[in-house]
Amino acid sequence: MSPLLRVVRAETPVAQRLGPRELVRLAAVSFDYGSGASVLADVSLTVAERQFVGVVGPSGSGKTTLLRTILGSARPCSGSVLRRDGLRVAYVPQVESVDWSFPVTVGECVLMARPSDRRRPWASAPERREVAVVLERLGLNGLAGRHIRELSGGQQQRVFIARALMRRPQLLLMDEPTSGVDARLRHEILHLLDDLNAAGLAIVLTTHDLNGIAAHLPRLVCLNRRVVAAGRPADVLRPDVLEETYGASMQVLEHAGMPVVIDGFQRERPVSSPPRIHTPREHARLRLGAR
Amino acid sequence: MIADLLAPLDFEFFRNGLIVATLAGGLCGLIGVYVVLKGMSYIGHGLSHAIFGGFAASSLLGVSFVLGAGAWGIASALMINAVTRRRTIGADAAIGVVTTASFALGLVLFALFGGVGRSFDAALFGSILGVSGGDVLLVGGICLAAGALVFLRYRDLLFTTFDPEVAEASGVSTARIDALLMVVLAAAILATMQVLGVTLVAATLVIPPTVARMLTSSFSRMLGLSTAIGAACGFVGMNLSYHLDVQSGPAIVLVGALLFAAVFVWTGARAALRDTRHGRLASA
Repeated sequence: MSPLLRVVRAETPVAQRLGPRELVRLAAVSFDYGSGASVLADVSLTVAERQFVGVVGPSGSGKTTLLRTILGSARPCSGSVLRRDGLRVAYVPQVESVDWSFPVTVGECVLMARPSDRRRPWASAPERREVAVVLERLGLNGLAGRHIRELSGGQQQRVFIARALMRRPQLLLMDEPTSGVDARLRHEILHLLDDLNAAGLAIVLTTHDLNGIAAHLPRLVCLNRRVVAAGRPADVLRPDVLEETYGASMQVLEHAGMPVVIDGFQRERPVSSPPRIHTPREHARLRLGAR
Repeated sequence: MIADLLAPLDFEFFRNGLIVATLAGGLCGLIGVYVVLKGMSYIGHGLSHAIFGGFAASSLLGVSFVLGAGAWGIASALMINAVTRRRTIGADAAIGVVTTASFALGLVLFALFGGVGRSFDAALFGSILGVSGGDVLLVGGICLAAGALVFLRYRDLLFTTFDPEVAEASGVSTARIDALLMVVLAAAILATMQVLGVTLVAATLVIPPTVARMLTSSFSRMLGLSTAIGAACGFVGMNLSYHLDVQSGPAIVLVGALLFAAVFVWTGARAALRDTRHGRLASA
């Protein structure tokens, strides 16, 4: 059995059994990277079948660590992580972390993640068909032979989703799928994820984008090392929760039934004009004048 | 003319050297793909220097060169691998410590006790005079083992090289794959050291994959191309070294360097030509 599927049990036995629809349950999970400063503190969370959960929180709030804990690549220092037996989880890393000059074609990239006991480098006929089906599903047909850098931003993101889907996951974890993308691309990715979720895939993603992504998701977890709040966007995107999560004051308006978060930060107007840069001669004149 | 070209093949030492140079060149071309893509070129360079320590120690103790230097090399490789997996020490600095210390130890041992058997120069710059029939079999065996590893663990190796974190999360044992790769790298360096010498081994690890990368963007094709280029450089360089009457190591490396320069210019010119055509289309 791969380490991914192993049930990690730490010292304290809490809530040992999963509900019938639950995929993963974290009970009182704490984590630190060995330096003593905790990254996650007493986090309890369940992910059930077909759920679509967004994790929001400031930088360094433990979002990525939470994903890695659900995935099993980070082991909690205390608390327990229960996974359904035989649960298949797939992970899509941040696009920024990909080495785009690496010589790998779309087809090779998608195929590398396919779990297989096959002891030959090249793909079998069923594997090639499987790749073609996944690429078609994500609108990438005909691109299998292209280098990953030759694609558009949206296509690049979809290649890594395709690679994850090759594992036939029941749960998809995505780290910041929309960081650094424009509005059109954000919609494209959100629609795609929505379709995958409607087809039965549970998704947990992290995001910085409160209005563009988080407000559109069915369920949110506000994280700042601990779970500040969890629930529907309308319930958790509130000034008090956001202030506790981000440590900064924010205002929330409502537009067409959806919460819209406004950053409360207001720049103080500069009182005097900014200092201008003097030419050497002006500088000399000023100094002479001062003397 | 043809008789002239074939003349060196009459000597057994040359035939052995030619086979070893070709096989080892191909082997280093293959392993070099992973070395270059993982950004470990410096490790290859350092490891060959580290093995020099084992070389000196083995000639001092009178044990077989392959046994002594091999064990030493694999130990250094695993040590480097362990050090690079720890984050607190800068990997490059740690590698620098391990490998230069080992190289220095080799120099000291040679200075104090003198070399037995293979000469100091041969270790540094390569010599084909000492390549025996047994060495040919050994290098052939290392090639087979390395080839089998790359063949059987192709996907895990690719996944680990491209995306170690996600590979680990997907159930690939990246620690084991990394360790395996280091052992194979040590073996490849050992195989190549006889004909190339400590100081030039790194070139056979770096030049073929770099040339192959300029010619293709597919990983599988890069593996094949790099192996072929490495083998061809070994074969051509070894022949040239006879006809020009220079050492084998520098001849092989210079053939690779010339190929690199030619492909660099050619791919650059091709890209420039394509850009001007596109430019014309765009302005038309």
